[in-house]
Amino acid sequence: MSLAAFSDRTAIVGIGHTEWAKHIDRPEKVLALEAILSALDDAGIDPAEVDGLSSYTMETTEEIEIARNLGLGDITWFGQVGYGGGAGCGVVAHAATAVATGQATVAVAWRSRRRGAASSRPWAGVAGRVGGNQQWSRPFGLLRPVDEIAMLTRRYLHERGGTRHHLANVALAARAHANANPAAMMHDRPLTREDYFAGRWISEPLCLFDNCLESDGAAAVVIVAADRARDCPHPPAYVHAAAQSLPRQHQTMTNYFCEDPLEGPAWACARKLWAQAEVGPSEVDVAQLYDAFSPLVLLSLEGYGFCERGEAPGFTEDGGITLGGRLPVNTSGGGMSEAYVHGFNLIVEAVRQVRGTSPNQVAGAEWSLVTSGEGVPTGALLLRR
Amino acid sequence: MTFLLPRPDDDSAPFWDWCGKGELRIQRCSACRRRRMPPRPMCPWCRSWAAAWDPVSGRGRVWSFVVAHPPLLPAYAERAPYNVVVVELEEEPSIRLVGGLVTSPDEPIGDVDPATIIIGQPVQVTFAPAVDGIRLPNWLRA
Repeated sequence: MSLAAFSDRTAIVGIGHTEWAKHIDRPEKVLALEAILSALDDAGIDPAEVDGLSSYTMETTEEIEIARNLGLGDITWFGQVGYGGGAGCGVVAHAATAVATGQATVAVAWRSRRRGAASSRPWAGVAGRVGGNQQWSRPFGLLRPVDEIAMLTRRYLHERGGTRHHLANVALAARAHANANPAAMMHDRPLTREDYFAGRWISEPLCLFDNCLESDGAAAVVIVAADRARDCPHPPAYVHAAAQSLPRQHQTMTNYFCEDPLEGPAWACARKLWAQAEVGPSEVDVAQLYDAFSPLVLLSLEGYGFCERGEAPGFTEDGGITLGGRLPVNTSGGGMSEAYVHGFNLIVEAVRQVRGTSPNQVAGAEWSLVTSGEGVPTGALLLRR
Repeated sequence: MTFLLPRPDDDSAPFWDWCGKGELRIQRCSACRRRRMPPRPMCPWCRSWAAAWDPVSGRGRVWSFVVAHPPLLPAYAERAPYNVVVVELEEEPSIRLVGGLVTSPDEPIGDVDPATIIIGQPVQVTFAPAVDGIRLPNWLRA
């Protein structure tokens, strides 16, 4: 099958999500059902027509629960993608591939997560012995995802000459966008540069405001073939190109054991993505770059080719990644200021930009990029109007 | 609560056994002679299954470091803020190990003042006192 059989052959025609909050008193299963129902309603498609389901391996609600609650039809295609925040774009890409090849006609992809409570931090439940990849790092006190990324960040700033001001640029851009997004958890909470530098350390060189939010909520999208998409109520967001990346000698999160740890999964993902696309990074109008931590945005700006290696700090200066700048990034507020659901809200926002309905709309946006986690096996989608 | 310990597995057990004897050894392909870390059954460069555990000098340089602050697991929170370093080995800089930069071989966690840590500075491996038969490799300034 040629790439021409994939490019623009499917579209995201439905988007939905629950409210975003630090605490929602409903189970992840219920949140997933709400988000999926909302996305199908948005698409104008009856749940009984759904025959494909795509989700994260970390999802706690099995497909059978989704299908028998929503009264879905016969599911003839289902699949999952691993690696947490690295999964989202791959989850959608797999669904799009299934639809493009006729394995499914109406596919749903979603993520539901209650991670708002401090007691839900995955690292906090660890005790005694640690095995696998983590045996090489956690016993020494490198306990949390933030520590693992802080290690890469210190080296990045050392090699490239960036400073904490550039990390702050990422956090402040996200917050400014969230302040204009009524659905964002940080909608009513402005953040100044002074606030950023007053933030307490979590893992130096990263402070509180370099971290994503801890959120409860769920989001979903609906994918159909392009010919059907044109009959749906909203403008289709065509899946123009998609890629995943598990680069050579990669180790998830503690990616210190390859030749060049600062050339993360984004680079291989970008090579595959742009090789399929009619356009390159300079034609992208708006980007949702996975932001569990602020430095991941700098790494992604370089990895996806918006600037050369080492130029991302400068790229963020003078409002470079805010609305009106050279590349508006994370226009809903992203994981740092809208909500953190393993990046799935970024996919929803990428669709809104193509529809023209973002709270921070880039005028006439035609090419909309969204990426999944850098530092883990990842994926990316290039959507077009 | 105490510090976390590694759970040795089929691939990693020799590494931890050598640490227990106070020696830093890294897995090395017996066919193409390239070192690899973390350990695994197959050489990714020549696909040989044959490997040995070869001693290294224990000398390296600080590649990067963090300073961890709470919230942390209780045993670690008691010692925070502490440093964690990644060290590149002198013999093969792409072989890197995580550890603490410590002021004495008896220290279990990175207690060197972070304000004095410099990327690139030379360090020498040391092994923390045994806990449940495990000695963690840490680093002293060379």
